[in-house]
Amino acid sequence: MQSKTTVLRESFVPRSIESIKQFLVSNMVTIMFVILSVLGYKVSGMTPFLFFMDITARISRNAFLVLALIIPVMAGMGLNFSIVLGAMAAQAVVIFVTHWGIGGLPGIVLAVALVTPLAALLGFLTGTLFNRTKGQEMIAGLILGYFAQGVYELIFLQLVGSLIPMSNPRLIMGSGVGVRTTIDLTGGLKYGLDWPGQYWGNDLLLRPTLPWTALGLSVLLALVLLAYQLRAEKRKRWSIPRMVASMVGIVVIAAWSIVQIRSNSQINWIRVPLLTWLVIGAACVGLHFFSKTKLGQDMRSVGQNRHVAAVAGIDVNRVRIKAIILSMVMAAWGHIIFLQNLGTFSTYGSHEQVGLYSAAALLIGGATVAKASIKHAVLGTILFHTLFIVAPAAGRQLFGDAQIGEYFRVFVAYGVIGITLAMHAWKHVLQSRSDAKPSGTEH
Amino acid sequence: MGAAPILRMRGISKSFHGTQVLHDVNLEIMPGEIHGIVGENGAGKSTLMNILFGMDVIHSTGGYEGSLEIAGKPVDIKSPLQAMEHGIGMVHQEFMLLPSYSVAENIKLNREVLKPNLVSRLFGSGLQSLDYERMYRDARRALGRLNVGIDEFAPIAGLPVGYMQFTEIARELDKENLRILVFDEPTAVLGESEAAHLLKAIQEIAAEGIAVLFITHRLSEIMEVCHNITVLRDGRVVATRKKNETNVLELAELMVGRSMQFNTNSKRQVQRGKPILEVKDFKVDMPGEQVRSVDLTVYQGEILGIGGLAGQGKIGIANGIMGLFPASGEVKINGEPLELNSSQAAIAAGLAFVSEDRRGVGLLLDASIELNIASGAMFGHGKFLKTWGPFSQTDRRAIRENALKYIKQLGVRCTGPTQKVRQLSGGNQQKVCIARALTMNPKILLVSEPTRGIDVGAKQVVLDLLRELNEELGMTIVVTSSELAELRSICSRIAIITDGQVAGILRPDDSDVNFGLLMAGQPIEKGA
Repeated sequence: MQSKTTVLRESFVPRSIESIKQFLVSNMVTIMFVILSVLGYKVSGMTPFLFFMDITARISRNAFLVLALIIPVMAGMGLNFSIVLGAMAAQAVVIFVTHWGIGGLPGIVLAVALVTPLAALLGFLTGTLFNRTKGQEMIAGLILGYFAQGVYELIFLQLVGSLIPMSNPRLIMGSGVGVRTTIDLTGGLKYGLDWPGQYWGNDLLLRPTLPWTALGLSVLLALVLLAYQLRAEKRKRWSIPRMVASMVGIVVIAAWSIVQIRSNSQINWIRVPLLTWLVIGAACVGLHFFSKTKLGQDMRSVGQNRHVAAVAGIDVNRVRIKAIILSMVMAAWGHIIFLQNLGTFSTYGSHEQVGLYSAAALLIGGATVAKASIKHAVLGTILFHTLFIVAPAAGRQLFGDAQIGEYFRVFVAYGVIGITLAMHAWKHVLQSRSDAKPSGTEH
Repeated sequence: MGAAPILRMRGISKSFHGTQVLHDVNLEIMPGEIHGIVGENGAGKSTLMNILFGMDVIHSTGGYEGSLEIAGKPVDIKSPLQAMEHGIGMVHQEFMLLPSYSVAENIKLNREVLKPNLVSRLFGSGLQSLDYERMYRDARRALGRLNVGIDEFAPIAGLPVGYMQFTEIARELDKENLRILVFDEPTAVLGESEAAHLLKAIQEIAAEGIAVLFITHRLSEIMEVCHNITVLRDGRVVATRKKNETNVLELAELMVGRSMQFNTNSKRQVQRGKPILEVKDFKVDMPGEQVRSVDLTVYQGEILGIGGLAGQGKIGIANGIMGLFPASGEVKINGEPLELNSSQAAIAAGLAFVSEDRRGVGLLLDASIELNIASGAMFGHGKFLKTWGPFSQTDRRAIRENALKYIKQLGVRCTGPTQKVRQLSGGNQQKVCIARALTMNPKILLVSEPTRGIDVGAKQVVLDLLRELNEELGMTIVVTSSELAELRSICSRIAIITDGQVAGILRPDDSDVNFGLLMAGQPIEKGA
């Protein structure tokens, strides 16, 4: 027995060539998108200024929504397309907060406070539905999104102004019934979180420039990594090559920032919405903390095997409902962040793509329907939106038509979901095939 | 050992949908006792344990009769959670482990050691952090009691099955109030040295004062570790024996023995033809019916029976030959090697298969009898088809004639060849399956579980039919069945499969003891 244990330990030591191959295969999607993004950027001929401005805005706008998808994946419920409901709840609340004329950071706080119970209720109902459609959560979530769209349209096109009294020429259509198709948040919730100072007349509060933010972030990251390496147990520490690679990466970013700061280039005009980034950072830390709590562990247990979890005495249905509630609430908050950054939104359309685009971003980051982490969400958001930015410009450069780039990015969003789902199913088949091999061959 | 039994089951009876599976079962176990429970498949072992463990299958089908007492107090166990609270632990036959968790996380599954934090103080105990240090320590201690050097940090995925088994046991041991531990065929998946280690661990667990219920059909293991043994047959306790008052032979006979009413096929002496089907070092990956290494020769014109307990691999053989599950090894038909993992090749080689999964694989339930009978030959051999260039059309007249012929020959009770197969009784459905196989004009007919799920009268008809096919048409038949008595009534030789291998080949008139021994994985002692 003892000797077997040592053999087992040895087999965990990665063999370099095998492990590189393994790494390439299991990160195929992400690697492909890194290449596509870099090529796209080269071809597009965009200036770094335009690119970084756009990507900064898009990360702050979308990252939180992508994070909302992680918990249901943990609980084995796949990609939660029902976050569209959370987005609708957020829009409903934003409409009312705008109607009451509360703007800026206070408006955001009020909207978050109001949307939380509403999203939790929707999450509870959705979770209950998912418990009756176990194994079909993704398609159930998609269909639920379409169903909710109908209810939402009924309320805001027909009931508001008739049953629900609201008279506000900025929001209500000329006929007096129904909310306008486009709502402008300027002077209200727009940039409520991104530029918290605007409410008090100080536009630059909590809005450092991009190079300074990058420099600050890289110093912080380096310190955290070093502290971890010194304090963590030996077996959890990063390997030397991994550590060196990360440190090199961090130093390169820091060096780039310093060069930019000293060069007085356009990049220095880009301002980072620091408060929003802090909220996103807090969500990442919170998720990490959550995964190490009892409830988080229960979700992962349920996610791996419902039957085993149930036999161990875990209330599977309850845990699954909690996962959806958390996801739904996060999605609602994320959509408020999304809307305040856009500043204007289409009442009956802005929520539609939320589920699909967030799911695509998460998958591009290397997640699967069975495994998703914060790392996947952050990386995926950056890659997906890089492609969004460069695709039209690249299309114009290559084919003389930006529209072709547009087509391409829509194709990419849906295509990547389809391909990743298929690849996951395929991997599953391979796995079950190798599991069924006669025993005695593993060693 | 205390004088009061820790567990007493009295007058336990249970029926599922009108079928009585347990009759008045009594069982008593003292603390520190290892009590063996043996019995064939369907003897009621698992049902008894499901009752003890409060499984949902029991309560969703109307509960049970009789009473349970733990340490002298009557209890009513309604869920696995309650069973755990009463100190009952169970090491399941199929592992209840989560693959991406570490050994320690699995041992502490849903019993994680927690420590409060700021967030949990505000939002409730569900958000307490896991205390990994203490979880690893507890896991190490439980593994230490089993004397195994398993790395508690290692993820379950990729561990050898033996380690998984020990992880499961460690999980039960880690429960502080554990008083009764049930092992459901724990050695079925283990190698020899691992099994020996496990038996030793079981003895050590019992020495700590924990009562152990040990379910197995390996009689040698029972004799090695148990203090007392209960034999179940057809849902009744047929005997309770002290270990030193019995022996393997008696247990084997008690387990299998029944007043069998059948006439063996022994009179018809086997005239061995030439080997028609040879199987060498044959392996099949059929989940739950793993075939590990089978060598078998079937001779022209015989009926060969394949018997054994469920899960030992007997079902896998025919399925593997027919290419329905991944197989490896060597199969020769009339000396010609057969291409494995290809149903087309098997059919082309002259094999026909009547599946044990009649309603799933065998029949198109909503199609007519005539179409069902013709379908095998139609897809396998391209019969009953009229070809028009690239198109082909079914030849209705030929299909009808063929169906009428077999309906008459096999005596299928139906309103006519166009009746839907779903509406037929089990026995008649089985006849349609056989007719379909015969339409393919096979050299060898493979039949799996021919009498499963059909009523008693029809069973005899199906068996007679197989015998007639063999005697009158000289067809070579390989019958796989869990019903030993049926095999003994029609076969000329019976191969008993244990642990994915041929344990031995017996004649139908060999003694019950020999059959019992082979099924229990025991070598037959000469002169027994």
